[in-house]
This record gives sequence, structure tokens and C-alpha cells, in this order.
Amino acid sequence: MVMGELSQDTEVLVIGAGPGGYAAAFRAADLGMDVTMVDVEDRPGGECIFRGCIPSKALLFLADLLHDAGRVEGMGVTFSEPKLDLDRIRDWKNEVIDQLADGLVTLSEKRGVQRIKGRAIFESSKEVRLQDSDVSRITFRHAVLATGSHPRPLPDRPFEKGSRIMDSAGALELPDIPERLLILGGGYVSLEMGTVYAALGSQVTVAVRSDRLLRGADPDLVEPLFKKLQEILSNIHFNTNVASMKEKENRVEVKFEGDVDKSEQSFDRVLVAIGRKPSSQGIGLENTKVKVNDRGYVDVDEKRRTADENIFAIGDVAGGPLLAHKAFREGKVAAEAIKGLPSAFDVRAIPAVVYTDPQVAWCGLREETARKEKQKIEVVRYPWKFSGRAATVGLQNGVTKIVVDPDSGRVLGVGITGRNTEGMISEGVLAIEMGALAEDVGFTIHPHPTLSETLGEAAEIFVGSVTHHLPKKREK
Amino acid sequence: MARPFKLPDLGEGVHEGEVLNVLVSVGDHVNEGDPILEVETDKATAEIPSPFTGKVEEIKVKAGETVQVGDVLMTFSDTEDGEAKPAAEAPPKKEEKSEKMEEKKKEEEPEKEPEKPKEKKKPPEKEGEGPVPASPATRRVARELSVDLREVSPSGPGGRVTMDDVRAFAEKGKAEKAEEKAPPEREEKERPEARPIEEKAPEMPDFTKWGEVERVPVRSIRRATAKQMALAWSQIPHVYNQDMVDMSKLEEFRQKHKKEVEEKGGKLSVTVFALKAAATALKQHPRFNASLDSGAGEMVLKHYYHIGVAVNTEEGLVVPVVRDVDRKSIVELSIELNDLVQRTRERKVKLEEMQGGTFTITNVGPMGGGYFAPIINFPEAAILGMGAARMQPVVIEREKGKYDVVPRLAMPVVLSIDHRILDGADALRFMETLIDSLEDPEEMFMTMT
Repeated sequence: MVMGELSQDTEVLVIGAGPGGYAAAFRAADLGMDVTMVDVEDRPGGECIFRGCIPSKALLFLADLLHDAGRVEGMGVTFSEPKLDLDRIRDWKNEVIDQLADGLVTLSEKRGVQRIKGRAIFESSKEVRLQDSDVSRITFRHAVLATGSHPRPLPDRPFEKGSRIMDSAGALELPDIPERLLILGGGYVSLEMGTVYAALGSQVTVAVRSDRLLRGADPDLVEPLFKKLQEILSNIHFNTNVASMKEKENRVEVKFEGDVDKSEQSFDRVLVAIGRKPSSQGIGLENTKVKVNDRGYVDVDEKRRTADENIFAIGDVAGGPLLAHKAFREGKVAAEAIKGLPSAFDVRAIPAVVYTDPQVAWCGLREETARKEKQKIEVVRYPWKFSGRAATVGLQNGVTKIVVDPDSGRVLGVGITGRNTEGMISEGVLAIEMGALAEDVGFTIHPHPTLSETLGEAAEIFVGSVTHHLPKKREK
Repeated sequence: MARPFKLPDLGEGVHEGEVLNVLVSVGDHVNEGDPILEVETDKATAEIPSPFTGKVEEIKVKAGETVQVGDVLMTFSDTEDGEAKPAAEAPPKKEEKSEKMEEKKKEEEPEKEPEKPKEKKKPPEKEGEGPVPASPATRRVARELSVDLREVSPSGPGGRVTMDDVRAFAEKGKAEKAEEKAPPEREEKERPEARPIEEKAPEMPDFTKWGEVERVPVRSIRRATAKQMALAWSQIPHVYNQDMVDMSKLEEFRQKHKKEVEEKGGKLSVTVFALKAAATALKQHPRFNASLDSGAGEMVLKHYYHIGVAVNTEEGLVVPVVRDVDRKSIVELSIELNDLVQRTRERKVKLEEMQGGTFTITNVGPMGGGYFAPIINFPEAAILGMGAARMQPVVIEREKGKYDVVPRLAMPVVLSIDHRILDGADALRFMETLIDSLEDPEEMFMTMT
């Protein structure tokens, strides 16, 4: 032992204090175990709190409000041009982040979870050494790997702090409101950030490599969103790649190839949002029995245990949908499995929500997937033009659909586009987890007038008892 | 469509039984012939087989309850594969060698059991390769109980497995394991409520006036005995004929052949000889092998010779019947009687094995009894009671006028008769035939048919 080396021992070592990590740590502590949580930041929260879920939703709230303020003119209420104080917006966003991160600190302390700032690297299946830390080593009985993921850069161009070519974290810092913003990628990060910057006043161009937006969602759910985005974004280019980018002092010169009329354009800023990569490199996994697949995700079983008996992996680093709520559940499963409880990650549906306006949310079996795999399904759709509540807010640009098993009548999947679908999709998840039939959802009274009612009525289209829409003619 | 299953007629004069065990749970899939209930009736335990192939929808009885013939025991619903199929013959007694009532240990397949459809794995098949529908909490319980959801019969709509389904499946697994080890222990059963033995019972005094009392419900065998004895006593005027049998020669004979019979798996007891002697006597005196049908004003003379042997068990007096005693050899009777008595003591004798008797023998000899006055097993006409054979001083006439007192092995016997169809003289003649057979085994062999 080297002089001055501080070493610790713990029962459960959690590496990464993001959503998965802190959920695992808190659960393990609640189950009576001794827990140590290591993170490069000095507070728990990870990507979600600091650079993802939270700041983006705070800004999207303002974006929606700005948009609503504009559209009510037709309803008889006219606001004057809003004044945007970017510094204040940034500060408020950071206040929200601080409040939540500080809350996690308090929860950790109340639970007796030991927090250590540092970067953990595995020396073996039982020990890690720490970089940039007061503590040099930690020995553990069990470890939970929750190192998450990071934005994927363009092949030859790693991200640099302060550059005009930003990743999502950089964009959320709101350095300024660029006059012209280019966003690369057609996923939810692109569309959400595009919505924010467009609301703040930028002219936003989105360039997508494939032929559609939100490839992970059914096309009919994306359609209403696409219509709206066409109004607020300046351009959306499909089948378009970036051939080269040159950063200058006050602009970025971009050369496109693909479906663009003008192949050379310059932008004030570029946001690269083409996906994320698991953070499984450079943490010493080769010194353990943990197996990593060729895309960098860690192999785990139903209990989230890796090939190394002592080590569990959860959240983004373990693959699957890169979603915080999935990490929450996995973290708890891992903690329970360590404790010896018969837990397993056997969920039947994981919801996904895109926080644009209209929002898009889905869970369970997707129609597109089912049709591609020739699975027998029946789909019922309830367009929001029939929704009373949607009419009262002037937001009938939406649809609620349910994918049903035609033989048993069981709900297999739900997809909703419209305002506030985030509040409605959980009913779909519950229905699928419970093995509910469309009948169960349809016969459940949904309050009127609500947007959630569209789910009940969609189910009733299948059952045959729908009121504000014509029932399907089905052969019995 | 729910199909009710009612308690079938269980045999002569048996109108009710006590449910010992319910062997299935709601939601279970059963095949026709699978045992679904254990019922104790009269003096035997019967396994009631399922009349249908289907799913148990509702169970209307529980252990400890008394049920009447015709009561609905449970209802079945159709399986998802098709109609519930009723058995061709529901009442167990119709099958002589009722294979449906075999213990689970026996390896023979019940005759009428149809092919077992692999229904338990059904629900996922219809939806492609989907997981078994079950709520998250249900899945957790399944993991805790180490139950594979695919093996559980779902009772929820559209094939959903409920938490109750999982628990029932786990319980059944445990129960099946327990039953393989030992027969069901009586102490575990619920005590049922006490029920009247007679409709118009006489008033009881208030015993608590004089001191502390304890009330214990009279059930199953005790109850059946109480009813039976009350009936026999009230219907039959009994007359008793006592005598003594010199067993010396028979005992010598018995000792000579005892080992040989044991090697064949039987027990050569005095009762075996009594059976044979009684059958001979019954053949020669037909009215002893009869019943008085006072309602019709007729005597029913039976042309078969099934003799009941009273066996004392922990729960009370049980009378299994040896059939066709006249057609069986001593060795055969030794083996059969031994087996019957063993099984009776283990409570494994079937209901039908206690029915159809024409005459009864009750031998208290092994317990050391002397003369006693047995009650006739209604609706039979007579009963033979035997006591312990003891060395007694007996006077024999060596030659005319010259008497010796010699020790002989003497067994007391008592014959009770139904004086409505038999008289004292009949009794004396019957006894003569019987005692002659027992005192002189060679005579028995010469005359027995």
C-alpha cells in the first residue's frame, strides 16, 4: 500500500449516479445493504438531470408556451411580441437542475448511501481504482455498472467544448440563439431541440440520413407531428448526409450530399444528434469476466447480472431502449437480485415519449413491427378530430391507436400523438402489463371531456360500443 | 357453459357422506376420471372421479362438510378446446373393478380416460410467441413460488393467468407431494358442525347442571354406526343362542397348515374357518341367508354367499365383505381376508367392498372376549359372534357311565337371529351344522361345497 492511499470497502458499489445508478443505490440501501455510489460529478443525476431529460423539458415548456401564445390570436387573445432574456432562461433551467440534484443528495444522505466523486476503473471482479478522486481504491462484494451512454459524434470529428458544432449537452447550455441552426439527425433529440430553438427564434434546418423522422415510431403517429414541424422549422431534408463541415470563427460551412437544393450552406451553429454510444470503454472491464457485445453494450441476463457473477449492468450501458425509466426499473431489479429476491426484468412494455408538440408516445407492440413480422393484429385508430377536449384547446392534430390481438382481444400496443400524450401512455403500459383486453380498457369509464378519453373510445371501436366515432364492421 | 356435478348415489342406503379432501382447485383443468374429491360415506372412503374433461369453475363444498346424494359438488366449464365431455357412467359403484378409483400410486391408466390434451401450454400458441399474459405482481409471485407460468391453467379472460391460478398450482404441487408420502391425516381435517342423527330425537337433560361437560360432534363412522345400530335394534327382535366349540382338532389342523398359508401371503386364522363353516351352514339353512322385506311382505332368499367380517379400527367398527365364500378355498380365503382386514385398518377399503353381505361374523376372540350378544347387521337375518378360545375343563363320556374331565380348547360362540323369520329351533339346527364343521375339520372337508 502506497503512502497516503485511501482505500475503502463496500457491500454494493454503484458506478454511475444517473437514473439507473441512483435508483439501484437507493433500493439497495432500502434493502439494508451497505452502498457506495461513485460518479464523475459531485451530485447524483447523471445525463438525465444535468444534460438531458430535465433541462430539455424545462425549455420545451417555454417553447410550447411561446407557441400557444402565438396561436391564440385566432381565438381572440393577442399577445405582443415576447421578450426573451436568455440569461434568465438559462439560469432558471439551472435552478431546476439544482433543485433536483440537491434533492438526490439529500435522499442519498438520508439513506446512508456513501457518495464518492471519481472515475472508477475495474482492477478485478472485486476491486476498482479511482481516478480524480480522494479515494484511491474500493473493494466490493457486488457492483452495479451504470455508466450510461454519450452522444455519438460524426466519424472524424469528436466533440469539443465551446465549438460551434455541439452535441445535445452543448445545445442545452443555450450559448446563444443562433440565427441559423442545422440539426443533424431525425430522432427525438433533433426534433425536441429543433422545437426549442425554433421557439426561441432560430431558423432551424433538420437534415436526416433516412427517409423519415422518428424511425422508432409508427409512420402514422409521426405524420401529425411532421405537419406541425413543417410549419415551425425552416427546412427538413431527407436522405441527406453531411459530406464535410468546416468550423470558422463565426459560422460553420457545411457541404451536403443528398436531397438538398443547395449543397453548400453555412450555419451559425450545428447540433449533431445522430445517436448515442454506450460508455463501456476505458473502465477496465477487460479485468473482469464482463462480456461486451460488438456494439459496446454489456451482456446481461434477466436479473441484469453480467457474465461476471459479482457485477450487474443497468441502464444505457446494458442496451435496450435508452430511456431513464427503463434504467430505474433495471436498477431496482439489480438491487433486489443482489439481495437475493426473485426479481427479474420481465416487463412487457416500455413507454417512449417525444416531447414535441404534438407529443408522440408509444408502448408495447408497434404496428409496423407486427406487420413486418406478419403477426396477426387488428389496429383501431381514433383521430382527434372526434375528440371534444381536443377541440376545446384547438389541438385536434392527433391520433390514438391501439394494436389488439384479434383472437383474444388483448391489448398488444398503444400509440398516441397529440398534446399531453405523456399523461396518457401509462394507461397503455398498465393495460399491456396486466394482460388487459381491449374490452377492459373500453369498459373502464374515462372522464369526459379529456384527451385520455380517446384511449377508451379507441378501445371501444374494437369492442363495437364506441360513441363519437363509427364502430368497425367486424366479422364475428 | 357450466356443468354441475352432483354427488352420485353411492350404494345401498347410503345417502350422504363427509367430504374429506377437495383434490382440485378452481381453474384446474381435469380429465374425466381424475380424482377430484375424497368422500367418507358409511364406513368407507371413496375417491370421486371427475365425470367431465373440463375446467373446474366453482367448488361448492369444502373439507369437513357433509354432503347428500344429489348435492352439487362442483361445476365445470368447457375447456377452450371444446365441450366438456361427461363420463359414460358416472356412479363409481357400477364398475366392479373401478379403475377410476385406483389410488394415485397404481400404475394402470384408468380405462375411460381420454387422451390428455396439452392444454396448459395453449394460450401463447394463439398469439404467436407472446409471453403468458399475467400482471407484474402475478409474475413476481410465480417467481417466488418457482412456478412456470406456461404450466398454469389460466382462469382469466383471454387466457390470462391470475395470482390465484399461480397459488393454486403451487398448492396442488405441494399437496401431490404430501399425498405420495402418507395417507391424509385425520387430525388436519376441519371439524364439521354436529348434525342430528335422528329427526325426532328425545330431549336431553341439561347435563351442565351437574358439572362440566364437553360436546363432541358425532361424525363419519361413529355416526354411521349409531344410525345403523338404532335401526337394527328397532326393526329386529333378537334371540340369542349360546354354545361352546371344541377347537382342539381344528387348532391342530391350523398349526399344521399355518406356515404353508403364510408363505402364500395369507393368514390362517380361526375366522377363516368360521367363514367356511358359516357358508356351509348357510347353504343348508337358506333362511339364514335372507332378508325380511316387511314392506312387501316377502323374504328375500339370496343365492350368493357374501360374508361380512367385523373389523375394529381406530375410528370404529367397519365390516368389509368377503364375496362368494362358498367358491373359495381355505387358502384363498386366508389371503383375501388378511388383505381385506389390513386395508380396512388402513382406511383403504372401497365402499363397494363393504356392501352386499348376506351374513356377518364378529370375532372378538383376538381381543380376549367371552360370550356377548351381537346386534344383527340389518337387513341380514343373523350374526355369529365368536369369543376367545380358552383351555376349559370339559366332561367327556369315556364309556357309558364313565366320565372324565379333560382340558380342551373351547371357544364360546353366540348366534343372534331375527325372530321374525327364524325360530329357536332353526337356530339350534344352524348351530349344530356350524359347530360340527368347526369341531371336526375332516367332516368340514367332506361336507363343504
